[in-house]
Amino acid sequence: MIRRENSPHSGSFYDDGGRYRGLLAWLFTTDHKRIGILYLISVLTFFAAGVTLGLLMRLNLIDPGRFISERTYNSLFTVHGVIQIFLFIIPAIPTTLGNFFLPLLIGARDVAFPRINLLSWWLFILGGIIVVLSLFTGGGAPDTGWTFYAPYSIRTTSNVSLALFGVFILGFSSILTGLNFVTTIHRLRAPGMKWFRMPLFVWSLYATAWTQILATPILAIAVLLLVLERMFGIGFFDPTKGGDPILFEHLFWIYSHPAVYIMILPAMGVVTEIFPVFARRTVFGYRAIAFSSLAIAFFGYLVWGHHMFTSGMSDTSRIIFSLITFLVAVPSGVKVFNWIATLYKGSIEVYSPLLFSLAFIFLFSIGGLTGLINGTLSLNLYIHGTYFIVAHFHYTMFGGTGFGFFAGLHYWFPKMFGRMYSERAARAAWFVMFIGFNILYFSMFLLGLQGMPRRYFQYLPQFRTNHIVSTIGSWIFVAGLLIMFGNLIWSLARGQKAPDNPWGGKTLEWQIPSPPPRENFEEIPVVQHGPYKFD
Amino acid sequence: MEKIEPIQTGHARDIEGAKMGMWVFLFTEMLLFGGLFLLYSVYRSKYSAEFHGSAAELDIVLGTVNTLILLTSSLTMVLSLSALQKGQRGLSLLLQSATVLLGVIFLVNKYFEWSAHIHQGIYPDSPVLLAMKRGNIIFFSLYFVMTGIHGLHVLIGAGVIAGMAVFTLQGKLGPDNFVMLENSGLYWHFVDIIWIYLFPLFYLIV
Repeated sequence: MIRRENSPHSGSFYDDGGRYRGLLAWLFTTDHKRIGILYLISVLTFFAAGVTLGLLMRLNLIDPGRFISERTYNSLFTVHGVIQIFLFIIPAIPTTLGNFFLPLLIGARDVAFPRINLLSWWLFILGGIIVVLSLFTGGGAPDTGWTFYAPYSIRTTSNVSLALFGVFILGFSSILTGLNFVTTIHRLRAPGMKWFRMPLFVWSLYATAWTQILATPILAIAVLLLVLERMFGIGFFDPTKGGDPILFEHLFWIYSHPAVYIMILPAMGVVTEIFPVFARRTVFGYRAIAFSSLAIAFFGYLVWGHHMFTSGMSDTSRIIFSLITFLVAVPSGVKVFNWIATLYKGSIEVYSPLLFSLAFIFLFSIGGLTGLINGTLSLNLYIHGTYFIVAHFHYTMFGGTGFGFFAGLHYWFPKMFGRMYSERAARAAWFVMFIGFNILYFSMFLLGLQGMPRRYFQYLPQFRTNHIVSTIGSWIFVAGLLIMFGNLIWSLARGQKAPDNPWGGKTLEWQIPSPPPRENFEEIPVVQHGPYKFD
Repeated sequence: MEKIEPIQTGHARDIEGAKMGMWVFLFTEMLLFGGLFLLYSVYRSKYSAEFHGSAAELDIVLGTVNTLILLTSSLTMVLSLSALQKGQRGLSLLLQSATVLLGVIFLVNKYFEWSAHIHQGIYPDSPVLLAMKRGNIIFFSLYFVMTGIHGLHVLIGAGVIAGMAVFTLQGKLGPDNFVMLENSGLYWHFVDIIWIYLFPLFYLIV
């Protein structure tokens, strides 16, 4: 890290590395803030890789076969999915903003198990490196799609086993983070920080952590069995040996649907912190938001079957899965209405964190409402496996979680790094990204309704216009991303020194210096009231 | 004003927190095995006759002996914790070593059991196995995978308890610092409980 005289870092955790010096003070740190920054750097690096692969896919689709071969394209969409899901969107918010701010928000000096926290970062890096290695070794990059469906994943000669092993290790890392957060929230709240005085970001991290704990082991066993299947031919998912490939789909989605809520819940928590601060009034319906997080986590565990409506399940189970899927919309709707009610009659100040949060609501609502279309059994049979699905999950995951993450980055950047960024550049980036995002993904809704199947290398002439529009959107969107990260990186070194509380926030992290000192609080605060008390 | 309880924060030792973390971890382990038990239930209901037949080929005597060994090891484990809490380090060390030894004996028995099957040509993807009915193939695959992953847990557990024995010897564990031994014990009992379910599901369904 850059250290200069009069830098905003003097006296902060950047100055106090503990036992080690230099780089080692980062790699072997047990400080939750440093681990949060390590995660931030790693997660954003993987994100850059994932975006690049996505861009290449879009580039192919402007003129299939001109730039990229069929086989490479299969690997591109597989690795794009694996990286963006397991290395970016799942860890994005909990491990970066969560690690950095969870102890600050509840008035603690660190998480419950600081060394396990470091271990989980190491496992994350190890898993990430293994996944990346699988691209260049063995029989070539995996080409199964990120879902690794059997029986193709058993038969393909590409390097699936190594990638699966990487995913297994990443799952371990995710479980340890969840375990750490649950224990931290139970044990380390400051005196007077009762459950219903916790900031709502903490509630969403709590729900997320439980989902990580409850769902990830199933992924671990599913991918482990797939590896054993490939190494020893155990036959669980191989019909010729009496196995059933559909069982793999079940095991896979028992994890991977709750994982969707591991991705979105923290982003919902982030924007819930932002709205009260920029509307300068307390959040509307505190308990409803807190409980809706738990309800989403709970229902999210019971709806995995809606990914498998065309797999030959019985009608009874399909109808039940469809019904419970609709129920998820209730707590999600509760949240959206509460955010809007929080803004109502507030004295709103428009800064970039709020803009990103508003974009979150807009994009997440489109993603959520199209989710109801997907969950409708009769419609699902028509749009299953089309670009409609691709558009839907990019709207929820990227438009939702991605924009929520960016909102949180802009909101907490001054606290994390002790510097302000250029507000004008941040707004410009937000505008370009918002426009680019909609051009990029809305055209995919249209493609899906026209019947364009996902993961296809080649397409019929009638899909050409929308594919070109979508690819142009991807360029605009990436231009926005470049402006945003350019602005943030430039500000790391050149930004103005940030005050302790630039936005007038009321939660505990704003009551200490920016960036925070090593031990966070000189004295553990005593909490007397709820988190959003604006006069 | 309500009474505000001071809560331990930061780097101070938090025994309740440490135990809570362990329980949550065991919960994830339970779910990991849960995926396997799910597969077992599906295939058992699909191929109940073949499961019935294949189970007869397992060595029920060896299985019973191993059950008794693991149950005894759980007893020595919990006694070692009591001994440590009462300050009897030597006795605790002895009981911890007995636990590790019993765990190793369990694995040795398992080794002989597996070798016997492999000697008969029964192992995943073997020609002998593939010539059998589909239900038999799945039964033996489940048997090898589930007892294999369980055996791995026994190995890890024995290793962890051996580590605890070293800590006890070095004086790092004692009557006022026993939470690591208690957590290792929780893990060991969990491994034991998994076996309590595996034993009837594979050996006793004849």
